[in-house]
Amino acid sequence: MKAFFLKWNRAVKWSRKNLFSGPLSTLITVLLMVFLFKTFFPLFNWAIAEAHWNTTAMECREGGGACWSFIGEKARYILFGHYPRSEQWRAVFFILSIFLLFFLGQFRRLWSKYLIWACAVFPFVGTLLMRGGFPGLELVKMEDWGGLPLTLLLAFVGIVVSYPLGILLALGRRSSMPVINALSVCYIELIRGVPLISILFMGSVMFPLLLPEGVTISKVLRAQAAMILFSSAYMAEVVRGGLQAIPRGQYEAAKAIGLGYGQTMGLVVLPQALKIVIPPTVNTFIGLFKDTSLVFIISLSDLLFTTKASFKDAEWLGFSVEGYFFAAFIYFVFCYFMGRVSFRIETEMSR
Amino acid sequence: MNQRKKTETVVEIKGLHKWYGDFHVLRGIDLAVKLSEIIVICGPSGSGKSSLIRCINGLEHHDKGVITVRGVELSSDVKNIEKIRADVGMVFQQFNLFPHLSVLENLTLGPIWVKKIPKAKAEACALENLKRVQIEEQAYKYPGQLSGGQQQRVAIARSLCMNPSILLFDEPTSALDPEMIKEVLEVMVDLAKDGITMVVVTHEMNFAKSVANWVLFMDEGEIIERNTPEQFFNSPQHERTKLFLSQIL
Ligand SMILES: Nc1ncnc2c1ncn2[C@@H]1O[C@H](COP(=O)(O)OP(=O)(O)O)[C@@H](O)[C@H]1O
Ligand SMILES: [Mg+2]
Repeated sequence: MKAFFLKWNRAVKWSRKNLFSGPLSTLITVLLMVFLFKTFFPLFNWAIAEAHWNTTAMECREGGGACWSFIGEKARYILFGHYPRSEQWRAVFFILSIFLLFFLGQFRRLWSKYLIWACAVFPFVGTLLMRGGFPGLELVKMEDWGGLPLTLLLAFVGIVVSYPLGILLALGRRSSMPVINALSVCYIELIRGVPLISILFMGSVMFPLLLPEGVTISKVLRAQAAMILFSSAYMAEVVRGGLQAIPRGQYEAAKAIGLGYGQTMGLVVLPQALKIVIPPTVNTFIGLFKDTSLVFIISLSDLLFTTKASFKDAEWLGFSVEGYFFAAFIYFVFCYFMGRVSFRIETEMSR
Repeated sequence: MNQRKKTETVVEIKGLHKWYGDFHVLRGIDLAVKLSEIIVICGPSGSGKSSLIRCINGLEHHDKGVITVRGVELSSDVKNIEKIRADVGMVFQQFNLFPHLSVLENLTLGPIWVKKIPKAKAEACALENLKRVQIEEQAYKYPGQLSGGQQQRVAIARSLCMNPSILLFDEPTSALDPEMIKEVLEVMVDLAKDGITMVVVTHEMNFAKSVANWVLFMDEGEIIERNTPEQFFNSPQHERTKLFLSQIL
């Protein structure tokens, strides 16, 4: 009881000091409270209190709240698209593995070459698993992939490939060799000057025209290539920022003990530069992840596409808000994880 | 250094010229550094002292003249430069330690990656050299956790780990607080007594008096005067040397 009063006292003191310290601050506090009250409670009512969880569409329409039953009904399609139901475990496995990688990435004790290798190799192993086509695993054509695995695949492979490419481009841009320098600058400026949508279009429409007759490349791969081309240009500029922050003395000290160009970069300059740019790097990665939702324009059925497609079921018309909530939630979970892992890495490395 | 053999030439520079654009920074330098010699270079700021010693390990390229290190001529070939750099240690004014590596890792980086020495052996050698500069207890710290004087001693140890034929110092104490200058100079004096060949750009005249074999005075890209410390300080030959000495002593 005494403890409670002490706490209460402290709370009153704290709020006097921080919330009601003067007329203006009192006014702001009251206005914010009214605003929260006006928005939070209706939202709470809609999403939780009056929501329908396991009902038919008819029952949903009669009540007022959110119809999560719709999500229950459509979750499989939204998450996996037209991936065959019998093979669905492969897609589930793929998603869970990515979750696991994110989860493990948070623990410093587990940081090692192995984890980095796992992150680098996983997207390709995961792709093989999803695609199959060898004894024991039935082939699922890439055109039939959809939903979350497709989104994750585009993002994850995009990140894993564009990161080293971006580093090479950044080094190229700072190179004193004129040809390499000019190529890097042209590439970066060209790609940055063009919206991702147009690169996706070019990849899907123009690229096949350049290929010899009879050769086709899956639409997914073309989208993947476009994402990689696009984000490596951005990565390059991020890395360049880090390179510029490294004082000349570091290069000189490295050279002075006889390290060559590759060693100087790999052992001295890049470890420092890449560390400095962790926040903008993760920014780029998160951007790339969300940009995967643009692939719908070349009719790939990523997560956002399947979400929208699920609204078209005649029986379940009219629940798009719930659908968007669901999709937003999934995007958020992954972006949040990325931000968290990066924050962990940053704090751990700034010892 | 009494009866040590002083005939072998470690570094030989002949007719060295260097330009920064139109600016003629080195104007015909001739210099020979023999084994176990300590050479101190002084001179006003901007006279080209740094440029000169940075040419010796190819941090700056020279435009005319010949530099040989242990009989190997410094060319513009990358492999040749890297080979010479592995044999020429350099200590900078700003220490330039690698902040992302521990002291021990700073010291073993060169031996492991350039000389391909096994890690365990490189670490043993690094610890020995840390003892030599009297900070073996800091081996597992990071450079940011050390004082300026300690950092500079680590930098000296880092150069020693490559087992160089010659050590170049570019104003090694200029960035230090007065109380730390002493600890660094003491280490350098010890190295001199161990017979390590050194070229030192410094204005610490007491260091020059106590260990240098030769003191050189540079001005406007030329070596104006070259003398034993005794003569250099007691009876300088050149007017500009006298002026300079009167300004700094
Ligand atoms: N990278 C450079 N580009 C152009 N001028 C330079 C460069 N480095 C040094 N200089 C000029 O060359 C002159 C000699 O420099 P330096 O060798 O550092 O002299 P010191 O070490 O004797 O003070 C100075 O006037 C300086 O401004
Ligand atoms: Mg200088």
